[in-house]
Amino acid sequence: MLKYALLRLLGAIPTLLLVIVLAFLMVHAAPGGPFDDERVLSAEIEANIAAAYHLDEPLHRQFYRYFAGLLQGDLGPSYRYRDHTVSELIGTAFPISLKLGTMAMLLAVVFGVAAGSFAALRRNTLPDRSVMAFAMTGISIPVFVIAPVLVLLLAVKLQWLPAGWSGNEGAARFLLPVIALALPQVAYIARLTRASMIDVLASDFVRTARAQGLGTTAIVRYHALKPAMLPVLSYMGPAIAAILTGSVVVEEIFGIPGLGQFFVRAALNRDYTLVLGIVIFYATLVILLNLVVDILYGAIDPRIRQR
Amino acid sequence: MSLLSVAGLTIRYDDAIAVNGLSFAIEKGESVGLVGESGSGKSQTALAILGLLPAQADVSGDIRFEKTALLGASERALDSVRAQRLAIVFQDPAQALNPFVRIGQQLRRILLQHGLAEGAQAQARVIDMLRRVGLSDPERQYRAYPHQLSGGMRQRAMIASALITEPELLIADEPTTALDVTVQAQILELLEDIRKDTALLLITHDLGVVAGHCERMLVLKQGELVEQGATRDVFARPQHEHTARLLAAAPRLDRTDIPTTTTGAELLTIKGASVSYRETGHARLQAVRDVDLTIRAGETVALVGESGSGKSSLARAVLGLVPLQSGRVAFCGTALEGLAQDRATAVRRGMQLVFQDPVGSLNPQMRVANIVAEPLLVHEPDASADTRQQQVIAILEKTGLGEEFLERYPHELSGGEAQRVAIARALILKPKVLVCDEAVAALDGTVREQILALLHEVQIDSGLSIVFITHDLSVVRGISHRVLVMYMGALVELADNNALFEQPRHPYTRALLAAVPVPDPERAGGKATLAGEVPSALAPPSGCTFHPRCPHARDICKTEIPEQRTINSTTVACHRAEEI
Repeated sequence: MLKYALLRLLGAIPTLLLVIVLAFLMVHAAPGGPFDDERVLSAEIEANIAAAYHLDEPLHRQFYRYFAGLLQGDLGPSYRYRDHTVSELIGTAFPISLKLGTMAMLLAVVFGVAAGSFAALRRNTLPDRSVMAFAMTGISIPVFVIAPVLVLLLAVKLQWLPAGWSGNEGAARFLLPVIALALPQVAYIARLTRASMIDVLASDFVRTARAQGLGTTAIVRYHALKPAMLPVLSYMGPAIAAILTGSVVVEEIFGIPGLGQFFVRAALNRDYTLVLGIVIFYATLVILLNLVVDILYGAIDPRIRQR
Repeated sequence: MSLLSVAGLTIRYDDAIAVNGLSFAIEKGESVGLVGESGSGKSQTALAILGLLPAQADVSGDIRFEKTALLGASERALDSVRAQRLAIVFQDPAQALNPFVRIGQQLRRILLQHGLAEGAQAQARVIDMLRRVGLSDPERQYRAYPHQLSGGMRQRAMIASALITEPELLIADEPTTALDVTVQAQILELLEDIRKDTALLLITHDLGVVAGHCERMLVLKQGELVEQGATRDVFARPQHEHTARLLAAAPRLDRTDIPTTTTGAELLTIKGASVSYRETGHARLQAVRDVDLTIRAGETVALVGESGSGKSSLARAVLGLVPLQSGRVAFCGTALEGLAQDRATAVRRGMQLVFQDPVGSLNPQMRVANIVAEPLLVHEPDASADTRQQQVIAILEKTGLGEEFLERYPHELSGGEAQRVAIARALILKPKVLVCDEAVAALDGTVREQILALLHEVQIDSGLSIVFITHDLSVVRGISHRVLVMYMGALVELADNNALFEQPRHPYTRALLAAVPVPDPERAGGKATLAGEVPSALAPPSGCTFHPRCPHARDICKTEIPEQRTINSTTVACHRAEEI
């Protein structure tokens, strides 16, 4: 298992390199630069700034300089938030995003699996159709529509929950963003669970369990749930990526000072190092979490574990 | 009062009737065989008794377990009868046991659910049960997952799960169909020994199994009960013509003199053939080891062995479907190794193959006419469509199929018809050798007899050589001139039909013969004379690979691979062939 994990990590290096190169090229290909402002600076000052940050060098020299720093774990200074390194900024903003993402993920898995199993057990009845109709809606509506609608409904009209982040304290301010972020995932996981649960319930070993008089509750709990989770587990990789992308939108809408918001701002500001830093950080995170998912796969399916 | 009484049971699916007005009873402690061909409603009846039919089944009639009505009972009511009083063993333990849950947990759950034991006591009872069904080291098997057990061991665990609650009735639905012959014999003996006062309803297509293990028997035909009675009486004096037909089609080991059809000319020579496959990691699986075999024009040679014996690998290597690791194959005097691709294709035209699964080996999207014509497109691309059509019609007629089959798709064919199509496809190139890989294993008895008769006819007609691969010695008795028995990839015994069946030389051949269930209650067959199962081919035993299971093994067998020797024209690989 350890050998497998190490091999997978080695295999991730080319992927990561490709991400770094592409991100570097794309950031620099975007028009404008980090120090373009509405205030026009004199040519001399601009040249000085560019020289200070080595922006006057040819692109490959800049890349070499950046990459050398990267190898030593240095993501460089932020161009926009002076006095802060990129690492510091990620260190401040990420915990908030992590909290948001973890809660959304938990919500998605718990409610998705519960709703999917419920629908599978009542296949082709009204409850099943209602859950699936809801799921279809959840999948079809993008986060940037769900979020404002939730705010309008729950915060503005009903005034149950705070609408924004700043000026509010406690767990309540997390609720709306987490729901907005989780909703499409709840829907997708519910559909996945329903389909795989229906398959598993039709399998021979469930028939055996029924012949053993175990009853529905025990059958689902001790026999069906684990195998039915396999498709959900393999969706976890894409789900994590979807939550990360979703958090960029949600944090901007609710004004949450998380990594997603920093990422948007950095991109708008051409804060080269910050954009690159966050891209590399997210790419590493997604690769690592996918590895965890694969290892968990073995934990559920004993036939895979043996290899 | 009967333990189980079924009255007027009828099961319908839309417009099809699976079971029609079935009535029978089972008394306490007796063993009843339920026989019939596929589609006769045997398994449907079992599922109906347990209340496990799918929702779309329309069931009527009455099923009572003593006083309790089972048909129409709530799931809750059924759950109090299931397992505790009424248990089932299904056909394929690889599917019927949960691959995600440890064996011990699956059994323990039954006890906990029904409140029969708790905690450490439940675990002890499960381990004791695993020991009683003959699992060695039951503490370890308790923690094992199903895939870590061999097929026979899995079925033992399944039986343990059914009997752990000491039910009053055990239904066994084709419990040994997925197993090798020697293991089948072990499992049936185990069922007999262990069930004690539990009544047994044994569902099977194999009359030999019923003859050896059931006091009474019921015969089903297309959902209707056509005959029932004491097993001895039914076998001796079948009242219904369907029963008589089933009995006639049941393979026996009786002597049948098969007319010599060979010209004596050597057609296919295999020398020192070995085949190995690369497994995950660096392990190599030695599938075939150093086998010599000569096939003469016009004869039938059977390759017999249990799963993993290498019989199919050998045939595939000869056909060029898998590479030979070493050895030589010559066909009609032409050595096949190192032949250029187009030459090899031309030579191999003379060797054709028929597979086990008749429907699965036909492309579901092609019509019969195109399926049968396809080999011609490869080997005679210049022929006109008309000639092809003529050839297809002619060959289909030869295999007993009229022109009305030309436009059909595989799913519109019965198993027997599909196998006829597969045989027609193989014969259309007028091959010299036809390799039948378990070609009748998936067919019902009566259909199997028809297909075997067809092959025999073709052989007499056209002087075809047939290589017949099978796990079932009883099928071989009536059709093959010579028999090659294989074990773990090596030749064990090669002999003429009568010599092999009447004077088997190798202990393995003897055990195989003893294990064949004979359809005759007066002559008990199906004896388990071998312990254990075929070892893993990744770690074959030293010396003679058969020695761990051999009742005659001596020290020399553990260290030295036996040389092949010839005794009265029988080739046998055993150190002690002369003495035993």
